[in-house]
Amino acid sequence: MRKQRAPEGRGDRAFRLATAIIAASLPVFMIAILVFIFQYSLPAIKFNGLGFFTGTIWNLGNLNSVSTITKNGVQGLPGADFGVLTLLAGTVLSSTIALVIAIPTSIAIALFTSEEAPRSVREPLVALVDLLAGIPSVIYGLWGIIVLVPLMQATVAPGLASIFGFIPFFGGRTSGYGLLTSGIVLALMVTPIISSTVRESFAKTPTDLKEGALALGCTKWEMERRIVLPFSMTTIAGASMLGLGRALGETMAVLMVGGGAQNGLPTNIYSPISTMATAIVTLLDSAFTDPTNLALYSLAEVALVLFLVTLAANMAARIFVSGGITKAFVSRGEA
Amino acid sequence: MKTEEGVFARKTWDKSVRALTLVVTVMILIPLFDIIYIVVVNSLPGINLDMFTHLTVTDGILNGIVGSLFLVALSSVIAVFLGLFSGVYLSEFGGRYASVVRFFADVLTGVPSIVVGYFGYIVFVLYLGWGFSALAAAIALTIIMLPYITRTTEFALRKVPAEIKEGSYALGASKATTVSKISLRYAAPGIITGILIGVSISLGETAPLIYTAYFYNYLPNLALIHSPVGYLTWIIWAFINEPLVLAHQQAFVSSLVLMIFVLCLGLGARFLVARWWKS
Repeated sequence: MRKQRAPEGRGDRAFRLATAIIAASLPVFMIAILVFIFQYSLPAIKFNGLGFFTGTIWNLGNLNSVSTITKNGVQGLPGADFGVLTLLAGTVLSSTIALVIAIPTSIAIALFTSEEAPRSVREPLVALVDLLAGIPSVIYGLWGIIVLVPLMQATVAPGLASIFGFIPFFGGRTSGYGLLTSGIVLALMVTPIISSTVRESFAKTPTDLKEGALALGCTKWEMERRIVLPFSMTTIAGASMLGLGRALGETMAVLMVGGGAQNGLPTNIYSPISTMATAIVTLLDSAFTDPTNLALYSLAEVALVLFLVTLAANMAARIFVSGGITKAFVSRGEA
Repeated sequence: MKTEEGVFARKTWDKSVRALTLVVTVMILIPLFDIIYIVVVNSLPGINLDMFTHLTVTDGILNGIVGSLFLVALSSVIAVFLGLFSGVYLSEFGGRYASVVRFFADVLTGVPSIVVGYFGYIVFVLYLGWGFSALAAAIALTIIMLPYITRTTEFALRKVPAEIKEGSYALGASKATTVSKISLRYAAPGIITGILIGVSISLGETAPLIYTAYFYNYLPNLALIHSPVGYLTWIIWAFINEPLVLAHQQAFVSSLVLMIFVLCLGLGARFLVARWWKS
């Protein structure tokens, strides 16, 4: 490529440099986020140590205390104890439930809209499913509060508990706000992302393979099971990771239907939860009251952990889906 | 498999799968219609002139509408400027640097919006001392929109046929002239689609704004720093948890306005894409 390029004029070089400098804004923002959050959380990292990952309590300490304690050179209030495990559990468990629901659902939708449905209805169906992706998360939360929470409390959770109550974690009572409700809302939010990525991969299945299978006498389902699904296995894995990344970092919807629980691990699938993302919203107000600022630093540490966890999910997605998360989103608009 | 029953079983499987995928697809659409239904039905009693002309301190959501548009306009100005030129760079000049930028764009898309919000709080609200402010919020939204606008611009520019660009070069035009006069015009619908998607995403964001713009019960005073701004998504989140019927109506009408904005932007994007593909 480089060899074929014509000699660059002075104007063109200025143009290239100017656009290159502006394009640096993307790495700069990204690195700035990482550096500032890391730097801001440093006192907390020192103070909390490894206990941060095993602690289930978020305790600012004695706010009325006139003295402070010092641990590893960092000041905190007496009794201050910050643990992320409860939040980590809420985050991972709600996202897991979301994926357990969303992956088979998305594969079914992708199969229906690319293979099974009559051609004339495919495109409108795809457009409708894509509309789900465009709904703001705060409106999912609103719908969750108005529709899903009462439904979970009155019907779904008691029903599940009475049928599957013998399975560990399925028994119990609920206010409607909690882990399962969050998982269902998250599943709704990530399904359009996963299904659109998977559908595009299904559509790329070589036609001659598909026709060959049909010509050999396969039914449509047998053709899908032996040709279409195996062809897209890695994309399904990657798309699920994309969905996971989205679910892990989702804030508003879970904040509104999760019920909020900072100081104890969930005991069953109906337990109220906080995630790392929702905790950053709910705990910031109280963090202002900590005169040592340690609570603010600890929240930055939560943000750092959340950042790294979602980064891991998105990197995994990148391995499976070429072009990564932006490509998946962008191409949806072009479909 | 060779017997008649085998064939029957296989056909039954086939039909069951078709039925199952149909049912699942319909089931995922029920929440979509229910969300629209719930928002419309619950906001109807609240739709009156006062709702759209009064502030949230009394019985309206005017400051929310104005504030949302203000924040999105401000962030769009920054994000479109940065995204357009970044996209031009990525499509016109390849190389290792471009793939680094692409990589960071992808990573940036995956950063949870609340993390962007906390970053904005630390850097702009605290370190730079802007306080809760429109500019802090606008930069947070810019970070969220920028990768989309950059990548859609890149994709749209890449679809410009080489012959068209070569025609321009053959006439002696420079790269800058070719991009601005030929390529950008040809790719305009695709680029605008990306911008519309970005705008629609940032209109619906809440998490990055809570600790950057905070909230304000009065109209934004258009100062960039040292004054909080109210916006629609905050009204939805905060007011639905209040006991008053009026507060619920304000939340629902805010949702309706937001949904209409988002749907219009989405349909606009789809329409542009459809036209673009035809031409």
